Amino acid sequence: MTDIRYLAPRTLDEAVGAFAAARGAARILAGGTDLLVQMRAGAVRPGLIVDIKRIAEMTSIEETADGGFRIGAAVSGAVLGEHPRFGQVWPGVLEAVNLIGSTQVQGRASPGGNLCNASPAGDSVPAMIAADAVVTVQGPDGRRQMPVAAVPAGPGRTNLAPGEILVSFTLPPRPRGAGDAYLRMIPRTEMDIAVVGCGVNLTLRDGTCTAARVGLGAVAPTVLLVGEAGKALVGSRLDAAAIEAAAAACRAACRPIDDKRGTIAYRTRIAGVLLKRTVGIAADRAGRA
Amino acid sequence: MNVQANKWIGQRTIRPDGADKVTGRAAYAADTTMPGMIWGKILRSPHPHACIRSIDTSKAEALPGVKAVMTARDLVDFPIDKSVMLGIQDMRWMCRNVMAREKALFAGHPVAAVAATSEAIASEALKLIEVEYEVLPWVIDVEEAMKPDAPILHDHIQFEGKPSNIAGKLEHKLGDVEAGFAAAEVVVERSFRTKPVHQGYIEPHACLVSVLPDGKTTIWSSSQGQFMVRAMCAHLTGLPQNDIRAIQAEIGGGFGGKTIIYLEPVALVLARKSGRPVKMAMTREEVFRASGPTSGSYSTVRIGATRDGRILAAKGTFYLQAGALPGSPIRGAAGCAFAPYDIPNVHSLGFDVVSNRSKVAAYRAPGAPIGAYAVECVLDELAEALKMDPLQLRLKNAARQGTKAAHGPTYPRIGFEETIQAALEHPHYRAPLGPNQGRGVASGFWFNAGGESSAQVNITEDGNVVVTTGHPDIGGSRASTANITAELLGIDYRKVSVLIGDTSTIGFSNLTGGSRVTYASAMVVTQSTEKVIRTLCERAAKIWKIDPDAVVWEDGEARPAGDNAGQFPPLTLAQIAARASETGGPIGAGVQLNTTGAEGGFATHICDVEVDPELGTVRVLRYTSFQDVGRAIHPSYVEGQMQGGVAQGIGWALSEEYIYDKQGRVDNPSFLDYRMPVCSDLPMLDTVIIEVPNPKHPQGVRGVGEVPLVPPLAAVANAIHDALGHRFYSLPMSPPKVLAVLEPADA
Ligand SMILES: Cc1cc2nc3c(=O)[nH]c(=O)nc-3n(C[C@H](O)[C@H](O)[C@H](O)COP(=O)(O)OP(=O)(O)OC[C@H]3O[C@@H](n4cnc5c(N)ncnc54)[C@H](O)[C@@H]3O)c2cc1C
Repeated sequence: MTDIRYLAPRTLDEAVGAFAAARGAARILAGGTDLLVQMRAGAVRPGLIVDIKRIAEMTSIEETADGGFRIGAAVSGAVLGEHPRFGQVWPGVLEAVNLIGSTQVQGRASPGGNLCNASPAGDSVPAMIAADAVVTVQGPDGRRQMPVAAVPAGPGRTNLAPGEILVSFTLPPRPRGAGDAYLRMIPRTEMDIAVVGCGVNLTLRDGTCTAARVGLGAVAPTVLLVGEAGKALVGSRLDAAAIEAAAAACRAACRPIDDKRGTIAYRTRIAGVLLKRTVGIAADRAGRA
Repeated sequence: MNVQANKWIGQRTIRPDGADKVTGRAAYAADTTMPGMIWGKILRSPHPHACIRSIDTSKAEALPGVKAVMTARDLVDFPIDKSVMLGIQDMRWMCRNVMAREKALFAGHPVAAVAATSEAIASEALKLIEVEYEVLPWVIDVEEAMKPDAPILHDHIQFEGKPSNIAGKLEHKLGDVEAGFAAAEVVVERSFRTKPVHQGYIEPHACLVSVLPDGKTTIWSSSQGQFMVRAMCAHLTGLPQNDIRAIQAEIGGGFGGKTIIYLEPVALVLARKSGRPVKMAMTREEVFRASGPTSGSYSTVRIGATRDGRILAAKGTFYLQAGALPGSPIRGAAGCAFAPYDIPNVHSLGFDVVSNRSKVAAYRAPGAPIGAYAVECVLDELAEALKMDPLQLRLKNAARQGTKAAHGPTYPRIGFEETIQAALEHPHYRAPLGPNQGRGVASGFWFNAGGESSAQVNITEDGNVVVTTGHPDIGGSRASTANITAELLGIDYRKVSVLIGDTSTIGFSNLTGGSRVTYASAMVVTQSTEKVIRTLCERAAKIWKIDPDAVVWEDGEARPAGDNAGQFPPLTLAQIAARASETGGPIGAGVQLNTTGAEGGFATHICDVEVDPELGTVRVLRYTSFQDVGRAIHPSYVEGQMQGGVAQGIGWALSEEYIYDKQGRVDNPSFLDYRMPVCSDLPMLDTVIIEVPNPKHPQGVRGVGEVPLVPPLAAVANAIHDALGHRFYSLPMSPPKVLAVLEPADA
């Protein structure tokens, strides 16, 4: 029955200062759709909560001069969905973020929380990895950048150093002929957790795939970047053989567990199926003839 | 009853509790508070099976803020080998379900409880209770529990002379089943498995109990019967029933799961010990771990027919998982399975099997969906073997007036054939299907029930009406009561207020269950209202100084019966009410009955599915249910019952199941991993109401609420077969299972 302190600083420096000073007894609060649920279940009992939603940099979306995007870590799914341009440029990332929870959850849930919660099944993470997004983190020792795939360390654990806060996601500019997509398998149609999630981001030039990245969720302790799947697609005209090779690479990358949400055999098989379907959508968005 | 002439019966009037519910004002049990109230919490066994050697509560009692601690010793002891029945519940099981005595029989079984000034202190105190367990081997699965070397839960239970987990057997026999099979030209026999599933009510169990120093006790709780709460609490605590006032809170779903008590006697004892009102509310996790789901099952059904589709013999064996204490719904499984059909030779057997999981509670047509799942799937295979349309096979063998059913009755006028006919003629049955899509049909039966009900109809001084009944309104029964009262009195339904009385303000009424409430309350409300009408005519006669027999009640007013009676301007309800004191006193009437004549209900369902053969997912695309409801007093709530049952049945068929971990504990005690369908999982569920009036009821009502959950399991399974050409013999037909069959791992 210890008291919980709550802080809502307006600057990142204040937030980092308070967060670092609490030495592990503190938790960052973005939308709270994971944190508050975990607190109610008794799974975490923070002594200090640092709410980051009043920090402008963490709740804003910026289209950079080169055509990339910088998204504050605490931007909610609903706000991202209302941005006039983001969904046109990154439809796959947006659909992944918008799949989180329900309308009510969307009003709060953030991509930063989704990534830092470090669930292997987090929906936005495979799409962000496929998009080659980079995160900016700030801690007592200053700022640094790391690729999204480097953030999760295992279920519920990240590679952020003590006192570090995830500040924003940076998505690179889009070449012509680029398209991305995200699909997940859930037993229900909503309010469920991914049994497998697959994000694909690719570029087509005259029908030939010139770049491709594949992110795969819920099939290993962390969300995976499946390099071999991307390689299998690059240079091909996305013919059946290339796609099957990419699907095989996805199946081979799976290191899933048997649990109440899915079996090893099922998850492995579905990884290949989703890869094929997601490539199809991404290719259509990339303007495949 | 002439349908056309009815003004209110059959109308979609606004439900009396509607405004409260849409504005959030309706008071559920968890909304109640009292000055001085403290919080009760339950310590639960972490082990699925263990002897309780000792319980030391001294440290918990010493914690500041703790006001009372209790164990099973604080409840009346019912010896385990002597049955004490209260309705269909045996108090020796009920007392052990509320709190473990000799043994903890499932993970989640209550072993002690505390009440403290805050929830946090109560939780803290639970950790200070020291329980010494002797951990025993355990068994959960129904087939495992029947193996010769299975751990035995109850030493005194014997089957065929040996200690056993088979706690009971029920058998229905008709004709000579062996001779029937010998004469049959086509025989299909299959075995089926289903998982236990939870009722899934949104509102967790909750109560508030106050006990005054003189023993006068008030209970606010969410249940399907305030009188059931009173009686069970009296049994378990030794209080006389007149000292207990059980008040029905609004209920957020029950589906049978709230026909027994869990928290109320615990809160009562804690309140009595502490002298403070005690509130208790389960978490969702507690609901899943420790409140009653329905049984898992293992069934075998064999049906034999002639080549032209006449069924000659049927045999069914249904093993149902009772949970920790006996009481599986074997009557529903074995009794309802073959009830829709006119079969000369039937042998239906049910076995009640205990195992180390929470004790089952009633769930909408308890047991019947399990029996129908097996029978209706076998009928589908039989139709295929006979090259017959599956609905035509059912029509050919449908039970009719005069059919002798294996479970006992010879049917009066029933409406089963009408449901099949309606399905055959419905455009749904002929609508085209696309690739990977399939269509299945199934039928079902439920007994329905009458039983005890009380009603009081009072005319207010200003000429309006207050009706009080004694059953919790779970499915819109207050709206139906208003329609009936308004119809009989010939007044606007808005002049009728309908209330649910508590145990001290209305006479004994059996619980809301068995699809009985609209049926039974319509009977007592009708008789009460007819008495009131007689009184109203008498009062008019007195005013007019004529013979009461010369007065009739028409269109909401008393009129002279004819020219011979004299010429008087009619007297309205308001005019008579205004003169009530001078003509004989207040006007009102109450009737109490043990109602009978609730005849069975039948339904036939059509289901279309689409299977994604790569993912193994099954989507229901279209669903139409056809049900004989006798008479739909309020069609909206009849449709709501039909749709609700179907939604639950689709969940049972496709996605719902209890999953246990290696320690024998429920591994999915949340709505995230216990997958009930959500709104977007289902199409609009279409309903076709069929009205073949029940000749034994004043409005022709048959029970409605339970039949809709009987056919869906098989309707979905048969539709999947039609889509894939493959049959599944176990539920749920979840994506990994479907895919494993479509693409075997070694392929
Ligand atoms: C009903 C419901 C449905 C859901 N459905 C889905 C779903 O479909 N798919 C899915 O992926 N998830 C789902 N979730 C989980 C959750 O909504 C998502 O993970 C969401 O993205 C979390 O974001 P948040 O802003 O609410 O995070 P919070 O709860 O605020 O934070 C999550 C964790 O990350 C930490 N954290 C947050 N922001 C930062 C930061 N900037 N720097 C460092 N640490 C930080 C917090 O301390 C906490 O440990 C669901 C949750 C609920 C309640």
